[in-house]
Amino acid sequence: MPAVNKPSNPPGGIAKCPTGIVGLDQITNGGLPRGRPALLCGGAGCGKTLLALEFVVRGTTQFDEPGVFVSFEEMSDELADNVRSLGFDLDDLVKRKKLAMDYVRLERSEIEESGDYDLEGLFVRLNHAIDSIKAKRVVLDTIETLFSGLSNTDILRAELRRLFRWLKDKGVTAVITAEKGEGTLTRHGIEEYVSDCVIVLDHRIHDQLSTRRLRVVKYRGSAHGTNEYPFIIDEEGISVLPVTSVGLEHAATTARISSGVARLDTMLSGRGFFRGSSILVSGTAGTGKTSLACSFARATCQSGERCLYFAFEESPAQIMRNVRSVGIDLEPFTVGGLLSFHASRPSLYGLETHLAVMHKRIDAFKPSVVIIDPVTNMMTAGLARDARSVLLRLIDYLKGLQITVFMNSLTHDGNTIEQSEVEISSLIDTWLFVRDIELGGERNRGMYILKSRGMAHSNQIREFVLGRQGIELVDVYLGPAGVLTGSARIAQAAKEHALETAGRRDLKRQQAEMLSKRKAFEAQIAALQAQILAQDQATEHLVADTQANVSRGQLERRAMALSRKADSGGGRTNGKESRK
Amino acid sequence: MTKKSPARVKPAVAAASGCAWNLRLYVAGRTSKSVTAFENLKRICEEHLSGQYEIEIIDLIEHPQLAKGDQILALPTLVRRLPEPIKKIIGDLSNTQRVLVGLDLRPQA
Repeated sequence: MPAVNKPSNPPGGIAKCPTGIVGLDQITNGGLPRGRPALLCGGAGCGKTLLALEFVVRGTTQFDEPGVFVSFEEMSDELADNVRSLGFDLDDLVKRKKLAMDYVRLERSEIEESGDYDLEGLFVRLNHAIDSIKAKRVVLDTIETLFSGLSNTDILRAELRRLFRWLKDKGVTAVITAEKGEGTLTRHGIEEYVSDCVIVLDHRIHDQLSTRRLRVVKYRGSAHGTNEYPFIIDEEGISVLPVTSVGLEHAATTARISSGVARLDTMLSGRGFFRGSSILVSGTAGTGKTSLACSFARATCQSGERCLYFAFEESPAQIMRNVRSVGIDLEPFTVGGLLSFHASRPSLYGLETHLAVMHKRIDAFKPSVVIIDPVTNMMTAGLARDARSVLLRLIDYLKGLQITVFMNSLTHDGNTIEQSEVEISSLIDTWLFVRDIELGGERNRGMYILKSRGMAHSNQIREFVLGRQGIELVDVYLGPAGVLTGSARIAQAAKEHALETAGRRDLKRQQAEMLSKRKAFEAQIAALQAQILAQDQATEHLVADTQANVSRGQLERRAMALSRKADSGGGRTNGKESRK
Repeated sequence: MTKKSPARVKPAVAAASGCAWNLRLYVAGRTSKSVTAFENLKRICEEHLSGQYEIEIIDLIEHPQLAKGDQILALPTLVRRLPEPIKKIIGDLSNTQRVLVGLDLRPQA
């Protein structure tokens, strides 16, 4: 939150006097109207005095403007302690002439009134106090007690009117506190005289949960936030948190941030969540939402970024112990300062106050990831409609700062899940769903992405397994037997494996059979070829024998002819032979 | 304007130690109210406390720092310092009855 350190003088606007109170200067565009009185009203115990005191003390310490604090009620030790714990030593400031404290005591029973009087004594005291330290700021707390101390209200009213005019002439910026009245801003109608700036503080109890609120009712000559803003009082004093719906102007980045679960990143088009987006994880009890959140926290810290973890259900020690059992050790990061837990019960205070506290923590820690576990518990702290508005403002605020917010949401039974969260689903960019899958006598976790704006994402249900090594996403079995998870998935896988082996064995046997058949054929072929060869040889022999016989016959005939001494024309048959 | 006020007051207190009635009238300059108050006071004292009283007038315009001590708010204020306890009466003292009651010179009735 930008601290307004210099009085801003917008052209045409009025000069402002910064209060130094976180948030208030933002709402009022720079502070209270400089040189004029402002009215601060509210019921008993709403923080008027503390706010007024902070205005003066911060004026002296932060803006070098000495201040006068005139108290009409005895200052409680508690308040003095409170101021001291803010690091302001009132006594020291008084000694250094930065602060003048004046306690005005007025006891009706001790005073007799006789005739006409005025409040010049108060003027003298104020004037003296202002001049002695050259004060620029004045607080009158609570001036309305004058009405109970003095009986002549006509004189009182005239004198108050004169007082406020006098303060204006004196050029000091004054804060006047007043008790809230029945149906009026102040019990005695002081708002008639102080009309430049009126701020109302309120401490409301709803369902036994308290919420402090501040509203600028009127600010003459200046624009200002008109909403009711929650504020908190803690060891750092008052912080007003102007968490409102700033609109839809936040930049959208395409930068990604890993979810800490590799398979989940893969499902989200391979690179995880969008930076600065809002992520909701819904699921029934015991589905591993916190483990998922812690896994994300670890991934964030491992990349050297800061993570702020709001736990509404378990103590930080418990969370760390539990997730250690699934292999997520967050301790090095809490020690190293990258991870900060903020645990509180939702019923500790009202929703608005929760929001204010979260806002303040986020401002101080400057994380890049905020985890709210679970967001549904926060909703029990108020009405559903309020819860939605608070979440909307929180998400808007975080988006404006490009902080990724990861919320867990505890849902009840099956069918109503989507319905019950329809209220906030429109605020969510990435919605993961973790659910039980009951099958074969066991309960397993399944996860899928319900939606993820602006990125291609898987539509598959993955089985979500929490092991010693952290979170693992496993493909579920999808087959003729339906969707199977857990042991059923493993059994199915084993069955398939067995079938496969059997098949392989079959094939081998068949292959062997074929081979032997082939060999038989080959043998037959070889035998037939051998027969052919034999036949061929037989034929050749036959031919050769026949030729040999013929030539032998001729020879024999010639020899015979020779022996008969037959002439060449002696026989017809031989005539041919002889011509050859 | 911070002109050594204690120096002026202390002798007065010392002087007053002799008197049974020590009265202090706070005013802011010579206004008509302060003049009226002083005149009324003097008259009442002469009537009821002749010879036993002493009146000290403190002008807060001159000594603003003295207003804190006696918790002065309204002006004029008459403070009965002695006899104790301290009593305060505010106004121009025009209502004599109330002044007498305030000073314990007449029982409240």
